[in-house]
Amino acid sequence: MAEEKKKKEKIPRQPMPAQEAKVRARNFEEVPFGYSSETAMKEAARCIQCKKPACVDGCPVGIDIPGFINLVKEGEFTKSISKIWEMNTLPAVCGRVCPQEIQCEGKCIVGKKGAPVAIGNLERFVADYEREKRLAPAPEKAASTGKRVAVVGSGPSGLTVASDLAAKGHEVTIYEAFHKPGGVLVYGIPEFRLPKDIVFSEVAGLESMGVNLEMNAVIGRTKTLDELFEEGFDAIYVGVGAGLPTFMNIEGENLIGVFSANEYLTRSNLMKAYLFPEYDTPIIKGKNVVTMGGGNVAMDSARTALRLGAERSIIVYRRSREELPARTEEVHHAEEEGVEFHFLTNPTKFMGDEKGRLNSMECLKMELGEPDASGRRRPSAIEGSEFQMEIDLAVIAIGAGANPLLTQSTEDLKLNKWGYIDADEATGKTSKKAVWAGGDIVTGAATVILAMGAGRAAADSMHEYLTLGW
Amino acid sequence: MFKIVRREEMAEGTVVLNEIDAPLIAKKAKPGQFVILKANETGERIPLTMADTDPEKGTVTIIYQIVGKSTAIFKTLQVGDGYQDVIGPLGKPTHLEKLGTVVCVGGGTGVAVLHPITRGLKEVGNEVIGIIGARNKELLILEDHMKDASHELNVCTDDGSYGHHGFVTDILKKTLEEKDVKLVVGIGPVPMMCFVAKMTKEYNVKTMVSLNPIMIDGTGMCGGCRVSVGGETKFACVDGPEFDGHEVDFDVLMNRLQSYTNEEQECYDEYCTMQTAK
Repeated sequence: MAEEKKKKEKIPRQPMPAQEAKVRARNFEEVPFGYSSETAMKEAARCIQCKKPACVDGCPVGIDIPGFINLVKEGEFTKSISKIWEMNTLPAVCGRVCPQEIQCEGKCIVGKKGAPVAIGNLERFVADYEREKRLAPAPEKAASTGKRVAVVGSGPSGLTVASDLAAKGHEVTIYEAFHKPGGVLVYGIPEFRLPKDIVFSEVAGLESMGVNLEMNAVIGRTKTLDELFEEGFDAIYVGVGAGLPTFMNIEGENLIGVFSANEYLTRSNLMKAYLFPEYDTPIIKGKNVVTMGGGNVAMDSARTALRLGAERSIIVYRRSREELPARTEEVHHAEEEGVEFHFLTNPTKFMGDEKGRLNSMECLKMELGEPDASGRRRPSAIEGSEFQMEIDLAVIAIGAGANPLLTQSTEDLKLNKWGYIDADEATGKTSKKAVWAGGDIVTGAATVILAMGAGRAAADSMHEYLTLGW
Repeated sequence: MFKIVRREEMAEGTVVLNEIDAPLIAKKAKPGQFVILKANETGERIPLTMADTDPEKGTVTIIYQIVGKSTAIFKTLQVGDGYQDVIGPLGKPTHLEKLGTVVCVGGGTGVAVLHPITRGLKEVGNEVIGIIGARNKELLILEDHMKDASHELNVCTDDGSYGHHGFVTDILKKTLEEKDVKLVVGIGPVPMMCFVAKMTKEYNVKTMVSLNPIMIDGTGMCGGCRVSVGGETKFACVDGPEFDGHEVDFDVLMNRLQSYTNEEQECYDEYCTMQTAK
């Protein structure tokens, strides 16, 4: 026994094969290639099958991680996906975009003495294997309850709610404002990090479970929540995302060449402007591109700029490297590809040429003082440190606010002072009867998996309501 | 798919009308609101303010001028064909109120957007004076519709081929001098709206303009349609499309509309070459 344990510890964490940095920085294909079956089984053998698995506590949707990994170890990949599906409808997505280092892998016992088991890579492997082979039986579905549920928004939380409630026998319709389903998974996260076909394939899985999808439905405009109730829906889940771009309110922000990250990424990802003119939506391809902000959206924007042909792609962040909110892996990928980081720098003004096109930016150097409300050290400007940078494209990725389109059209939906929906933390229940909410429209901009976790909790609470009452 | 049930060409084929089957939108839409249309899988999302709606029939009508590849593709769609996506109604409806004498000024395809607003203003009891213009007689659209929608209609052409020889602002000036005008609505090319707003400001008459900036989602998410109004940044898709003409920074609007001039030309030229080759 002791000997076997020793042997396991000797297997190093299997690296994820990936496109070479210089090559991938110029194409939109996915960065990592994924594990082979052999590598996956080898990596799975590193899991020590803890009796009290801490990794599961670290997973917002509570996947039986040792369970699915054990099946991978045995080469039972199809049984493994069924195990994951018990708790997670979107494993191909989560395996790619979850911040595993602070969730499951962050709690992995193996990780205490070395590299943790590559849970994310294994989840991705199992999901990709199934998408290619299609051998697993569809997840079981309970008998029809005759109850109807409307889900507003087809992002990660909406898809989770839809899947959970459909499995419990409710009739679910998802309403999506855009012409394609997936929400932020499609308009926000770039192809090289999450191929869109994978999202569409996961959505197709929901449709085969009987979930209806209505595209081009802007709830709040095309229909209101009350009208959905009048149509006979018994319960509604609101997962519309944050969806309001934040600008910096500095001079020159309306010049041609200044984008919100939402616009820049939506053009490239949803509208496929990177394939212009094959696709009709254009995008400005800057030579010297600056992205403001330090989160995952900023990394996505800066890396997109490289792929669109930028000579220099620079991240300008007002705090230091330690405070970067982006995932370590994303920062690492960006740096490998040649994205430059200018820390402790804050833009103060955009300037343009006679045609109103951005040509430079003025910045101030910052220094860090005492910690602020967020616990991070507050940056303040160093007087007289103004300097200019020549740039022709600026992407503002400093966060998002609450889009008021739906909430303003729903009078009895209580909001907090920032305009987000006031929902019970444990259940997602709102102030309006039979309406639940979750994801970024409740928490403000967060991660895919946290939105899915909120969806899971809300789906449980909605099921209880649909079977027992409010 | 959103089927086209009626199609008309106007202004020598440079302007096209499509009546589209879209019952959900038709039920909800009010004058001044817009839809976003996407013709096919690779298409752009194009915002167009509705020219008419028929809730009973379940249709919305749009009228567009061929200005680039996307509208050229729209033009190829015949009755029975359709748009892959139509989204709406978007934007705030026009505030219709009885004020007294109102003047509705339209230029080019702006007349299509102006028409339902003119009709609405008449229906709530205003004395409506219409002024519409085009470069020449052939390019003038919806004259009869505007005649019905207003109490008095003035027509102008730049070349004098029909009606008053000159600009809509000539007639507007005369009207502002002679009548106690409570509101002016100006919808058309940006320079026209800019001139209308400048003139009415001299007479201190409240003026509404309807803007059509570059847009993607139409729900306030991308900020691409931002305009400067009274020194503040507004989103035309959710705060508009109608704004106080005296507060709009037309230079910023005009400039931002030029964002993709080169790309649009390249794309349109390539499309035209391909069509000719076919």
